[in-house]
Amino acid sequence: MRAIGVFLLLALFPLAMQAMDSMFYVSLASRILIYAIAATSLNLVLGYGGMVSFGHAAFFGAGAFVVGIMAVEGVRSAWLAWPAAVAVAALAALVIGALSLRTRGVYFIMITLAFAQMVYYIFVSLKTYGGDDGLSLPGRSTVGIGTLGNDLVWYYVVLAVLAAVLYGLHRLVHSRFGRVIAAIRENEARAEAIGFPVYRYKLACFVIAGAVGGLAGALIANQSSYVSPSLLHWIQSGTLMIMVILGGVGTLWGGVIGAAVLLGLEHLIADYRIGWLAALAPNYQDHGGLAVGIVLLAIVMLAPEGLAGLFARRRDA
Amino acid sequence: MLELRAVSKRFGGVVATDEVTLEIVRGEVHALIGPNGAGKTTLIGQISGVLATDSGRILFNGADITRLSAHARVAAGLARSYQITSIFRRYSVLENLALAVQARSGTSFRFWRPVTHERALFDEARAIGAEIGLQARLSTVAATLAHGEQRALEVGLALATRPRLVLLDEPMAGMGPQESRAIIELIQRMRSRVTVLLVEHDMDAVFRLADRITVLVSGRVIASGAPAAIRADPAVRQAYLGEELAA
Repeated sequence: MRAIGVFLLLALFPLAMQAMDSMFYVSLASRILIYAIAATSLNLVLGYGGMVSFGHAAFFGAGAFVVGIMAVEGVRSAWLAWPAAVAVAALAALVIGALSLRTRGVYFIMITLAFAQMVYYIFVSLKTYGGDDGLSLPGRSTVGIGTLGNDLVWYYVVLAVLAAVLYGLHRLVHSRFGRVIAAIRENEARAEAIGFPVYRYKLACFVIAGAVGGLAGALIANQSSYVSPSLLHWIQSGTLMIMVILGGVGTLWGGVIGAAVLLGLEHLIADYRIGWLAALAPNYQDHGGLAVGIVLLAIVMLAPEGLAGLFARRRDA
Repeated sequence: MLELRAVSKRFGGVVATDEVTLEIVRGEVHALIGPNGAGKTTLIGQISGVLATDSGRILFNGADITRLSAHARVAAGLARSYQITSIFRRYSVLENLALAVQARSGTSFRFWRPVTHERALFDEARAIGAEIGLQARLSTVAATLAHGEQRALEVGLALATRPRLVLLDEPMAGMGPQESRAIIELIQRMRSRVTVLLVEHDMDAVFRLADRITVLVSGRVIASGAPAAIRADPAVRQAYLGEELAA
Protein backbone atom coordinates (compact mmCIF):
# COMPACT_ATOMS: atom_id res chain seq x y z
CA MET A 1 0.00 0.00 0.00
CA ARG A 2 2.70 2.40 1.03
CA ALA A 3 4.62 1.42 -2.09
CA ILE A 4 1.71 2.50 -4.27
CA GLY A 5 1.69 5.86 -2.53
CA VAL A 6 5.39 6.34 -3.14
CA PHE A 7 5.04 5.50 -6.82
CA LEU A 8 2.04 7.80 -7.15
CA LEU A 9 4.13 10.67 -5.80
CA LEU A 10 6.99 9.75 -8.11
CA ALA A 11 4.57 9.68 -11.04
CA LEU A 12 3.25 13.15 -10.22
CA PHE A 13 6.69 14.63 -9.65
CA PRO A 14 7.53 15.54 -13.28
CA LEU A 15 4.14 17.16 -13.79
CA ALA A 16 4.83 19.43 -10.84
CA MET A 17 8.30 20.21 -12.18
CA GLN A 18 6.84 20.95 -15.59
CA ALA A 19 4.40 23.38 -14.05
CA MET A 20 7.32 25.07 -12.28
CA ASP A 21 9.36 25.00 -15.49
CA SER A 22 12.20 23.06 -13.81
CA MET A 23 12.67 20.15 -16.19
CA PHE A 24 16.27 19.85 -15.07
CA TYR A 25 15.01 18.10 -11.96
CA VAL A 26 13.17 15.50 -14.01
CA SER A 27 16.43 14.57 -15.63
CA LEU A 28 18.19 14.45 -12.26
CA ALA A 29 15.34 12.32 -10.92
CA SER A 30 15.59 9.75 -13.72
CA ARG A 31 19.32 9.54 -13.06
CA ILE A 32 18.61 8.87 -9.39
CA LEU A 33 16.00 6.23 -10.26
CA ILE A 34 18.50 4.43 -12.52
CA TYR A 35 21.04 4.33 -9.71
CA ALA A 36 18.23 3.13 -7.47
CA ILE A 37 17.79 0.13 -9.78
CA ALA A 38 21.53 -0.57 -9.78
CA ALA A 39 21.75 -0.29 -6.00
CA THR A 40 18.68 -2.49 -5.57
CA SER A 41 20.28 -5.20 -7.69
CA LEU A 42 23.41 -5.02 -5.53
CA ASN A 43 21.23 -5.19 -2.44
CA LEU A 44 19.94 -8.57 -3.63
CA VAL A 45 23.41 -10.16 -3.48
CA LEU A 46 24.83 -8.05 -0.68
CA GLY A 47 21.83 -7.60 1.58
CA TYR A 48 19.60 -10.61 1.00
CA GLY A 49 22.30 -13.03 -0.13
CA GLY A 50 25.01 -11.88 2.29
CA MET A 51 27.63 -11.94 -0.49
CA VAL A 52 29.73 -8.79 -0.22
CA SER A 53 30.42 -8.25 -3.90
CA PHE A 54 32.81 -5.37 -4.55
CA GLY A 55 32.53 -5.69 -8.31
CA HIS A 56 28.97 -4.83 -9.13
CA ALA A 57 30.01 -1.95 -11.41
CA ALA A 58 31.26 -4.56 -13.88
CA PHE A 59 27.68 -5.61 -14.66
CA PHE A 60 26.34 -2.06 -14.58
CA GLY A 61 29.09 -0.84 -16.92
CA ALA A 62 28.93 -3.87 -19.20
CA GLY A 63 25.21 -3.31 -19.71
CA ALA A 64 25.89 0.33 -20.53
CA PHE A 65 28.62 -0.55 -23.02
CA VAL A 66 26.50 -3.16 -24.77
CA VAL A 67 23.84 -0.54 -25.43
CA GLY A 68 26.50 2.01 -26.41
CA ILE A 69 28.35 -0.27 -28.80
CA MET A 70 25.14 -1.53 -30.40
CA ALA A 71 23.90 2.04 -30.87
CA VAL A 72 27.16 3.09 -32.51
CA GLU A 73 26.90 0.04 -34.77
CA GLY A 74 23.40 1.07 -35.77
CA VAL A 75 21.23 -1.14 -33.55
CA ARG A 76 19.20 1.34 -31.55
CA SER A 77 16.07 -0.63 -30.81
CA ALA A 78 15.51 -0.96 -27.05
CA TRP A 79 13.86 -4.33 -27.73
CA LEU A 80 17.17 -5.68 -29.01
CA ALA A 81 19.78 -3.66 -27.14
CA TRP A 82 18.36 -3.88 -23.62
CA PRO A 83 17.89 -7.66 -23.56
CA ALA A 84 21.38 -7.96 -25.02
CA ALA A 85 22.72 -5.78 -22.19
CA VAL A 86 20.94 -7.97 -19.64
CA ALA A 87 22.21 -11.16 -21.27
CA VAL A 88 25.83 -10.01 -21.42
CA ALA A 89 25.72 -8.82 -17.80
CA ALA A 90 24.17 -12.13 -16.73
CA LEU A 91 26.82 -14.07 -18.60
CA ALA A 92 29.57 -11.98 -17.02
CA ALA A 93 28.01 -12.59 -13.60
CA LEU A 94 27.84 -16.31 -14.32
CA VAL A 95 31.55 -16.50 -15.11
CA ILE A 96 32.71 -14.14 -12.35
CA GLY A 97 30.31 -15.66 -9.83
CA ALA A 98 31.23 -19.25 -10.67
CA LEU A 99 34.86 -18.53 -9.83
CA SER A 100 34.42 -15.99 -7.01
CA LEU A 101 31.85 -17.98 -5.06
CA ARG A 102 34.43 -20.67 -4.40
CA THR A 103 35.92 -18.21 -1.93
CA ARG A 104 34.48 -16.57 1.16
CA GLY A 105 34.74 -13.45 3.27
CA VAL A 106 37.56 -11.04 2.49
CA TYR A 107 38.74 -13.24 -0.38
CA PHE A 108 35.36 -12.98 -2.04
CA ILE A 109 35.44 -9.19 -1.72
CA MET A 110 38.91 -9.03 -3.23
CA ILE A 111 38.30 -11.45 -6.07
CA THR A 112 35.08 -9.73 -7.18
CA LEU A 113 36.98 -6.44 -7.09
CA ALA A 114 39.78 -7.94 -9.17
CA PHE A 115 37.40 -9.33 -11.79
CA ALA A 116 35.57 -6.02 -12.05
CA GLN A 117 38.86 -4.17 -12.58
CA MET A 118 39.74 -6.65 -15.32
CA VAL A 119 36.45 -5.84 -17.06
CA TYR A 120 37.21 -2.14 -16.59
CA TYR A 121 40.58 -2.46 -18.31
CA ILE A 122 39.07 -4.47 -21.15
CA PHE A 123 36.74 -1.60 -21.99
CA VAL A 124 39.40 1.07 -21.45
CA SER A 125 41.58 -0.68 -24.01
CA LEU A 126 38.76 -0.94 -26.58
CA LYS A 127 40.02 2.05 -28.61
CA THR A 128 37.44 1.47 -31.36
CA TYR A 129 34.72 2.25 -28.84
CA GLY A 130 36.23 5.27 -27.20
CA GLY A 131 38.69 3.72 -24.81
CA ASP A 132 39.52 6.16 -22.02
CA ASP A 133 37.35 8.89 -23.52
CA GLY A 134 34.15 6.90 -23.45
CA LEU A 135 31.55 6.52 -26.11
CA SER A 136 28.99 9.05 -27.34
CA LEU A 137 25.72 7.56 -28.54
CA PRO A 138 23.83 8.94 -31.56
CA GLY A 139 20.77 9.22 -29.30
CA ARG A 140 18.53 7.31 -26.95
CA SER A 141 17.17 3.87 -27.81
CA THR A 142 14.12 3.54 -30.01
CA VAL A 143 10.98 1.56 -29.22
CA GLY A 144 9.28 1.37 -32.59
CA ILE A 145 7.07 4.46 -32.47
CA GLY A 146 10.00 6.77 -31.85
CA THR A 147 13.02 7.42 -29.66
CA LEU A 148 12.96 7.81 -25.93
CA GLY A 149 14.51 11.24 -26.39
CA ASN A 150 11.79 13.16 -24.58
CA ASP A 151 12.89 13.59 -20.96
CA LEU A 152 9.37 13.26 -19.63
CA VAL A 153 8.76 9.99 -21.50
CA TRP A 154 12.17 8.81 -20.44
CA TYR A 155 11.43 9.48 -16.78
CA TYR A 156 8.29 7.34 -16.93
CA VAL A 157 10.12 4.50 -18.69
CA VAL A 158 12.76 4.48 -15.94
CA LEU A 159 10.10 4.69 -13.24
CA ALA A 160 8.25 1.74 -14.77
CA VAL A 161 11.45 -0.34 -14.84
CA LEU A 162 12.16 0.51 -11.20
CA ALA A 163 8.61 -0.47 -10.22
CA ALA A 164 8.98 -3.79 -12.01
CA VAL A 165 12.36 -4.46 -10.41
CA LEU A 166 11.10 -3.68 -6.91
CA TYR A 167 8.01 -5.82 -7.36
CA GLY A 168 10.13 -8.65 -8.72
CA LEU A 169 12.50 -8.37 -5.75
CA HIS A 170 9.56 -8.37 -3.36
CA ARG A 171 8.20 -11.57 -4.92
CA LEU A 172 11.62 -13.19 -5.03
CA VAL A 173 12.40 -12.46 -1.39
CA HIS A 174 9.22 -14.20 -0.23
CA SER A 175 9.47 -17.11 -2.65
CA ARG A 176 11.08 -20.47 -1.97
CA PHE A 177 14.26 -19.19 -3.58
CA GLY A 178 14.32 -16.09 -1.40
CA ARG A 179 13.94 -18.22 1.71
CA VAL A 180 16.89 -20.36 0.75
CA ILE A 181 19.07 -17.32 0.02
CA ALA A 182 18.21 -15.80 3.39
CA ALA A 183 18.87 -19.12 5.13
CA ILE A 184 22.29 -19.39 3.51
CA ARG A 185 23.16 -15.90 4.72
CA GLU A 186 21.99 -16.89 8.20
CA ASN A 187 23.82 -20.22 8.47
CA GLU A 188 25.49 -21.54 5.34
CA ALA A 189 26.78 -24.81 6.80
CA ARG A 190 23.35 -25.71 8.14
CA ALA A 191 21.66 -24.84 4.85
CA GLU A 192 23.96 -27.33 3.15
CA ALA A 193 23.40 -29.89 5.91
CA ILE A 194 19.62 -29.85 5.44
CA GLY A 195 20.17 -30.55 1.77
CA PHE A 196 20.36 -27.28 -0.17
CA PRO A 197 23.04 -27.13 -2.89
CA VAL A 198 24.29 -23.84 -1.46
CA TYR A 199 26.73 -22.96 -4.22
CA ARG A 200 24.09 -23.22 -6.93
CA TYR A 201 21.66 -20.98 -5.07
CA LYS A 202 24.32 -18.37 -4.40
CA LEU A 203 25.37 -18.41 -8.04
CA ALA A 204 21.78 -18.03 -9.23
CA CYS A 205 21.35 -15.08 -6.89
CA PHE A 206 24.58 -13.53 -8.15
CA VAL A 207 23.51 -13.94 -11.79
CA ILE A 208 20.06 -12.44 -11.23
CA ALA A 209 21.63 -9.44 -9.51
CA GLY A 210 24.17 -9.08 -12.32
CA ALA A 211 21.41 -9.21 -14.94
CA VAL A 212 19.41 -6.47 -13.21
CA GLY A 213 22.63 -4.47 -12.83
CA GLY A 214 23.06 -4.80 -16.59
CA LEU A 215 19.54 -3.48 -17.12
CA ALA A 216 20.36 -0.45 -14.98
CA GLY A 217 23.48 -0.03 -17.13
CA ALA A 218 21.38 -0.08 -20.31
CA LEU A 219 19.34 2.76 -18.82
CA ILE A 220 22.32 4.85 -17.69
CA ALA A 221 23.78 4.67 -21.21
CA ASN A 222 20.56 6.23 -22.45
CA GLN A 223 20.31 8.80 -19.67
CA SER A 224 22.90 11.13 -21.16
CA SER A 225 23.60 9.23 -24.41
CA TYR A 226 27.14 8.76 -23.23
CA VAL A 227 29.01 5.77 -21.81
CA SER A 228 32.15 6.30 -19.80
CA PRO A 229 34.51 3.55 -18.62
CA SER A 230 34.26 5.18 -15.19
CA LEU A 231 30.91 3.37 -14.94
CA LEU A 232 32.98 0.18 -14.57
CA HIS A 233 35.57 1.55 -12.19
CA TRP A 234 35.84 0.14 -8.69
CA ILE A 235 34.85 3.53 -7.30
CA GLN A 236 31.50 2.96 -8.97
CA SER A 237 31.20 -0.38 -7.18
CA GLY A 238 32.00 1.42 -3.94
CA THR A 239 29.39 4.08 -4.63
CA LEU A 240 26.71 1.44 -5.17
CA MET A 241 27.78 -0.24 -1.94
CA ILE A 242 27.54 3.04 -0.04
CA MET A 243 24.03 3.52 -1.41
CA VAL A 244 22.98 0.09 -0.19
CA ILE A 245 24.53 0.50 3.26
CA LEU A 246 23.13 3.99 3.58
CA GLY A 247 19.64 3.02 2.51
CA GLY A 248 19.43 -0.28 4.33
CA VAL A 249 21.12 -3.61 3.73
CA GLY A 250 18.61 -6.33 2.91
CA THR A 251 15.58 -4.04 2.81
CA LEU A 252 13.30 -3.64 -0.20
CA TRP A 253 13.66 0.15 -0.39
CA GLY A 254 17.26 0.33 0.76
CA GLY A 255 18.76 0.81 -2.70
CA VAL A 256 16.21 3.44 -3.67
CA ILE A 257 16.64 5.49 -0.50
CA GLY A 258 20.41 5.21 -0.63
CA ALA A 259 20.61 6.34 -4.24
CA ALA A 260 18.25 9.25 -3.63
CA VAL A 261 20.09 10.46 -0.53
CA LEU A 262 23.62 10.09 -1.92
CA LEU A 263 22.99 11.64 -5.33
CA GLY A 264 20.64 14.23 -3.89
CA LEU A 265 23.27 15.24 -1.36
CA GLU A 266 25.99 15.53 -4.00
CA HIS A 267 23.76 17.71 -6.08
CA LEU A 268 22.75 19.87 -3.14
CA ILE A 269 26.30 20.53 -2.05
CA ALA A 270 27.54 21.28 -5.55
CA ASP A 271 24.69 23.57 -6.61
CA TYR A 272 23.61 25.43 -3.51
CA ARG A 273 26.00 27.73 -1.78
CA ILE A 274 25.43 27.92 1.93
CA GLY A 275 26.37 31.47 2.93
CA TRP A 276 27.82 30.97 6.41
CA LEU A 277 29.70 27.86 5.37
CA ALA A 278 31.17 29.65 2.35
CA ALA A 279 32.28 32.51 4.62
CA LEU A 280 34.08 29.96 6.75
CA ALA A 281 35.55 27.89 3.91
CA PRO A 282 35.18 29.71 0.60
CA ASN A 283 35.91 26.77 -1.67
CA TYR A 284 34.03 24.06 0.27
CA GLN A 285 31.97 23.20 -2.78
CA ASP A 286 35.11 22.07 -4.61
CA HIS A 287 35.52 19.45 -1.93
CA GLY A 288 31.99 18.16 -1.98
CA GLY A 289 33.20 14.66 -1.23
CA LEU A 290 34.30 15.72 2.23
CA ALA A 291 30.95 17.26 3.03
CA VAL A 292 29.10 14.24 1.65
CA GLY A 293 31.35 12.02 3.73
CA ILE A 294 30.57 13.89 6.93
CA VAL A 295 26.83 13.68 6.32
CA LEU A 296 27.10 9.98 5.46
CA LEU A 297 29.08 9.35 8.62
CA ALA A 298 26.38 11.05 10.66
CA ILE A 299 23.64 9.00 8.99
CA VAL A 300 25.45 5.70 9.50
CA MET A 301 26.11 6.55 13.15
CA LEU A 302 22.54 7.61 13.83
CA ALA A 303 20.82 4.93 11.74
CA PRO A 304 23.10 1.88 11.83
CA GLU A 305 20.52 -0.25 10.02
CA GLY A 306 20.27 2.23 7.17
CA LEU A 307 17.67 4.88 6.52
CA ALA A 308 15.04 2.32 5.57
CA GLY A 309 15.26 1.07 9.15
CA LEU A 310 13.94 4.42 10.36
CA PHE A 311 10.70 3.96 8.43
CA ALA A 312 10.33 0.25 8.89
CA ARG A 313 7.48 -1.21 10.81
CA ARG A 314 9.43 -4.35 11.68
CA ARG A 315 7.27 -6.82 9.91
CA ASP A 316 9.34 -9.78 8.88
CA ALA A 317 7.76 -12.53 6.88
CA MET B 1 22.72 -49.63 5.23
CA LEU B 2 25.95 -47.68 5.82
CA GLU B 3 29.31 -49.25 5.29
CA LEU B 4 32.69 -47.71 6.00
CA ARG B 5 35.68 -49.44 4.46
CA ALA B 6 39.08 -48.43 5.84
CA VAL B 7 38.08 -44.77 6.00
CA SER B 8 40.88 -42.37 7.00
CA LYS B 9 41.36 -38.64 7.50
CA ARG B 10 44.55 -36.75 8.28
CA PHE B 11 44.88 -33.13 9.37
CA GLY B 12 48.49 -32.35 8.53
CA GLY B 13 50.47 -34.85 10.57
CA VAL B 14 47.59 -35.76 12.85
CA VAL B 15 45.66 -38.90 12.01
CA ALA B 16 42.05 -38.19 13.00
CA THR B 17 40.48 -41.39 11.70
CA ASP B 18 42.61 -44.37 10.89
CA GLU B 19 41.20 -47.05 8.56
CA VAL B 20 37.82 -47.13 10.23
CA THR B 21 35.74 -50.08 9.07
CA LEU B 22 32.19 -50.17 10.32
CA GLU B 23 28.77 -51.35 9.27
CA ILE B 24 25.47 -49.93 10.37
CA VAL B 25 22.48 -52.17 9.85
CA ARG B 26 19.05 -50.89 8.87
CA GLY B 27 16.81 -50.20 11.86
CA GLU B 28 19.43 -50.23 14.58
CA VAL B 29 20.60 -47.57 16.98
CA HIS B 30 24.34 -47.74 16.66
CA ALA B 31 26.36 -45.85 19.25
CA LEU B 32 29.83 -44.50 18.57
CA ILE B 33 31.75 -43.85 21.76
CA GLY B 34 35.30 -42.96 22.64
CA PRO B 35 37.34 -40.46 24.64
CA ASN B 36 37.65 -36.82 23.58
CA GLY B 37 39.76 -36.48 20.47
CA ALA B 38 39.07 -40.04 19.36
CA GLY B 39 37.87 -38.82 15.96
CA LYS B 40 34.14 -39.29 16.43
CA THR B 41 33.09 -35.88 15.10
CA THR B 42 35.62 -36.18 12.27
CA LEU B 43 34.01 -39.47 11.29
CA ILE B 44 30.54 -37.88 11.37
CA GLY B 45 31.93 -35.12 9.15
CA GLN B 46 33.26 -37.67 6.69
CA ILE B 47 30.02 -39.63 6.60
CA SER B 48 27.91 -36.48 6.13
CA GLY B 49 30.26 -35.20 3.44
CA VAL B 50 31.44 -32.01 5.12
CA LEU B 51 34.98 -33.38 5.36
CA ALA B 52 36.70 -34.98 2.39
CA THR B 53 37.85 -38.54 2.98
CA ASP B 54 41.57 -39.14 2.30
CA SER B 55 41.31 -42.86 1.70
CA GLY B 56 38.80 -45.66 2.03
CA ARG B 57 35.23 -45.92 0.81
CA ILE B 58 31.82 -45.01 2.18
CA LEU B 59 28.81 -46.96 0.91
CA PHE B 60 25.21 -45.96 1.58
CA ASN B 61 22.53 -48.46 0.60
CA GLY B 62 25.11 -50.11 -1.63
CA ALA B 63 26.05 -46.95 -3.53
CA ASP B 64 29.49 -45.39 -3.21
CA ILE B 65 29.03 -41.91 -1.72
CA THR B 66 32.67 -41.23 -0.84
CA ARG B 67 32.91 -38.29 -3.24
CA LEU B 68 29.30 -37.12 -3.06
CA SER B 69 28.62 -33.55 -1.84
CA ALA B 70 26.97 -33.02 1.54
CA HIS B 71 23.66 -31.81 0.09
CA ALA B 72 23.47 -34.75 -2.28
CA ARG B 73 23.88 -37.13 0.68
CA VAL B 74 20.95 -35.45 2.41
CA ALA B 75 18.89 -36.00 -0.73
CA ALA B 76 19.89 -39.67 -0.60
CA GLY B 77 18.52 -39.90 2.95
CA LEU B 78 21.49 -39.19 5.19
CA ALA B 79 21.08 -36.29 7.64
CA ARG B 80 23.07 -35.07 10.61
CA SER B 81 22.78 -32.97 13.73
CA TYR B 82 25.66 -30.98 15.17
CA GLN B 83 27.47 -31.25 18.46
CA ILE B 84 27.63 -27.46 18.57
CA THR B 85 24.10 -26.26 17.96
CA SER B 86 23.70 -25.02 14.40
CA ILE B 87 20.23 -23.67 13.77
CA PHE B 88 18.79 -20.62 12.00
CA ARG B 89 18.89 -18.46 15.08
CA ARG B 90 16.87 -15.51 13.83
CA TYR B 91 14.03 -17.69 12.54
CA SER B 92 11.15 -19.07 14.54
CA VAL B 93 11.03 -22.77 15.34
CA LEU B 94 8.35 -23.24 12.70
CA GLU B 95 10.39 -21.41 10.05
CA ASN B 96 13.46 -23.49 10.91
CA LEU B 97 11.57 -26.72 10.44
CA ALA B 98 9.64 -25.56 7.36
CA LEU B 99 12.94 -24.68 5.71
CA ALA B 100 14.26 -28.18 6.30
CA VAL B 101 11.02 -29.67 4.95
CA GLN B 102 11.32 -27.40 1.91
CA ALA B 103 14.86 -28.63 1.30
CA ARG B 104 13.69 -32.12 0.42
CA SER B 105 10.28 -31.41 -1.11
CA GLY B 106 10.90 -30.40 -4.68
CA THR B 107 13.17 -27.75 -6.16
CA SER B 108 13.51 -24.36 -4.54
CA PHE B 109 14.45 -22.67 -7.80
CA ARG B 110 11.03 -21.05 -7.65
CA PHE B 111 11.12 -17.32 -7.67
CA TRP B 112 7.57 -16.02 -7.68
CA ARG B 113 5.05 -17.79 -5.46
CA PRO B 114 5.20 -16.85 -1.78
CA VAL B 115 6.40 -19.76 0.28
CA THR B 116 3.78 -19.03 2.94
CA HIS B 117 1.15 -20.22 0.46
CA GLU B 118 2.57 -23.72 0.66
CA ARG B 119 0.47 -25.07 3.50
CA ALA B 120 1.93 -28.55 3.23
CA LEU B 121 5.40 -27.35 4.24
CA PHE B 122 4.12 -25.73 7.40
CA ASP B 123 1.74 -28.56 8.28
CA GLU B 124 4.59 -31.01 8.20
CA ALA B 125 6.86 -28.62 10.09
CA ARG B 126 4.20 -28.40 12.82
CA ALA B 127 4.04 -32.17 13.03
CA ILE B 128 7.79 -32.39 13.50
CA GLY B 129 7.63 -29.58 16.04
CA ALA B 130 5.18 -31.67 18.04
CA GLU B 131 7.35 -34.74 17.71
CA ILE B 132 10.38 -32.97 19.21
CA GLY B 133 8.23 -31.52 21.98
CA LEU B 134 8.29 -27.91 20.82
CA GLN B 135 4.62 -27.62 19.79
CA ALA B 136 4.12 -24.77 22.26
CA ARG B 137 7.20 -22.91 21.02
CA LEU B 138 6.61 -22.89 17.27
CA SER B 139 6.53 -19.13 16.90
CA THR B 140 9.44 -18.52 19.27
CA VAL B 141 12.63 -17.18 17.68
CA ALA B 142 15.21 -19.96 17.87
CA ALA B 143 17.90 -17.77 19.47
CA THR B 144 15.70 -17.21 22.51
CA LEU B 145 14.94 -20.89 23.18
CA ALA B 146 16.39 -22.61 26.24
CA HIS B 147 19.49 -24.73 25.62
CA GLY B 148 17.60 -28.00 25.77
CA GLU B 149 14.98 -26.71 23.35
CA GLN B 150 17.66 -25.62 20.92
CA ARG B 151 19.16 -29.11 21.10
CA ALA B 152 15.75 -30.59 20.34
CA LEU B 153 15.39 -28.25 17.36
CA GLU B 154 18.86 -29.30 16.22
CA VAL B 155 17.66 -32.92 16.07
CA GLY B 156 14.35 -31.76 14.56
CA LEU B 157 16.13 -30.09 11.63
CA ALA B 158 17.79 -33.39 10.80
CA LEU B 159 14.50 -35.29 11.14
CA ALA B 160 12.65 -32.78 8.95
CA THR B 161 14.72 -33.84 5.97
CA ARG B 162 13.06 -37.24 6.37
CA PRO B 163 16.30 -39.21 6.52
CA ARG B 164 16.74 -42.98 6.39
CA LEU B 165 19.88 -42.71 8.47
CA VAL B 166 20.41 -39.90 10.94
CA LEU B 167 23.79 -39.02 12.45
CA LEU B 168 23.33 -37.51 15.90
CA ASP B 169 26.51 -35.88 17.18
CA GLU B 170 26.20 -35.67 20.97
CA PRO B 171 22.55 -34.66 21.02
CA MET B 172 22.63 -34.44 24.82
CA ALA B 173 25.69 -32.19 25.04
CA GLY B 174 25.38 -29.75 27.92
CA MET B 175 21.98 -31.02 29.03
CA GLY B 176 20.59 -31.63 32.48
CA PRO B 177 19.16 -35.06 33.33
CA GLN B 178 15.59 -34.01 32.64
CA GLU B 179 16.35 -32.57 29.22
CA SER B 180 18.43 -35.63 28.38
CA ARG B 181 15.48 -37.84 29.19
CA ALA B 182 13.37 -35.98 26.63
CA ILE B 183 15.99 -36.62 23.94
CA ILE B 184 16.27 -40.29 24.92
CA GLU B 185 12.50 -40.60 24.57
CA LEU B 186 12.64 -38.84 21.20
CA ILE B 187 15.24 -41.32 19.94
CA GLN B 188 13.14 -44.19 21.30
CA ARG B 189 10.14 -42.92 19.34
CA MET B 190 11.98 -42.44 16.08
CA ARG B 191 13.98 -45.66 16.08
CA SER B 192 11.17 -47.59 14.41
CA ARG B 193 11.33 -45.29 11.37
CA VAL B 194 14.94 -44.29 11.03
CA THR B 195 18.35 -45.84 11.56
CA VAL B 196 20.47 -43.92 14.05
CA LEU B 197 24.21 -43.44 14.44
CA LEU B 198 24.60 -41.87 17.86
CA VAL B 199 27.75 -40.22 19.17
CA GLU B 200 27.33 -39.69 22.90
CA HIS B 201 29.32 -39.31 26.10
CA ASP B 202 26.40 -40.02 28.39
CA MET B 203 26.97 -43.75 29.02
CA ASP B 204 23.56 -44.25 30.66
CA ALA B 205 21.90 -43.03 27.49
CA VAL B 206 24.20 -45.09 25.28
CA PHE B 207 23.55 -48.34 27.10
CA ARG B 208 19.82 -47.68 27.22
CA LEU B 209 19.48 -46.88 23.53
CA ALA B 210 22.12 -48.73 21.57
CA ASP B 211 21.61 -52.06 19.81
CA ARG B 212 25.30 -52.08 19.04
CA ILE B 213 28.27 -50.03 20.12
CA THR B 214 31.52 -49.19 18.38
CA VAL B 215 34.43 -47.86 20.38
CA LEU B 216 36.84 -45.45 18.74
CA VAL B 217 40.20 -44.65 20.33
CA SER B 218 42.80 -42.46 18.60
CA GLY B 219 40.97 -42.78 15.32
CA ARG B 220 40.88 -46.59 15.41
CA VAL B 221 38.03 -48.99 16.09
CA ILE B 222 39.09 -51.04 19.11
CA ALA B 223 35.82 -52.89 19.58
CA SER B 224 32.38 -53.21 18.04
CA GLY B 225 29.45 -55.30 19.19
CA ALA B 226 26.48 -55.67 21.51
CA PRO B 227 26.40 -53.50 24.65
CA ALA B 228 27.05 -56.44 26.99
CA ALA B 229 30.10 -57.51 25.02
CA ILE B 230 31.45 -53.96 24.95
CA ARG B 231 30.94 -53.59 28.67
CA ALA B 232 32.91 -56.76 29.25
CA ASP B 233 35.66 -56.07 26.73
CA PRO B 234 38.92 -55.69 28.63
CA ALA B 235 40.52 -53.46 25.97
CA VAL B 236 37.57 -51.10 26.12
CA ARG B 237 37.63 -51.01 29.90
CA GLN B 238 41.27 -50.19 29.89
CA ALA B 239 41.15 -47.60 27.14
CA TYR B 240 37.98 -45.80 27.90
CA LEU B 241 35.30 -47.02 30.23
CA GLY B 242 37.81 -47.70 32.96
CA GLU B 243 36.50 -47.33 36.47
CA GLU B 244 33.29 -45.75 35.23
CA LEU B 245 31.61 -49.10 34.74
CA ALA B 246 33.46 -51.08 37.35
CA ALA B 247 31.03 -49.97 40.01
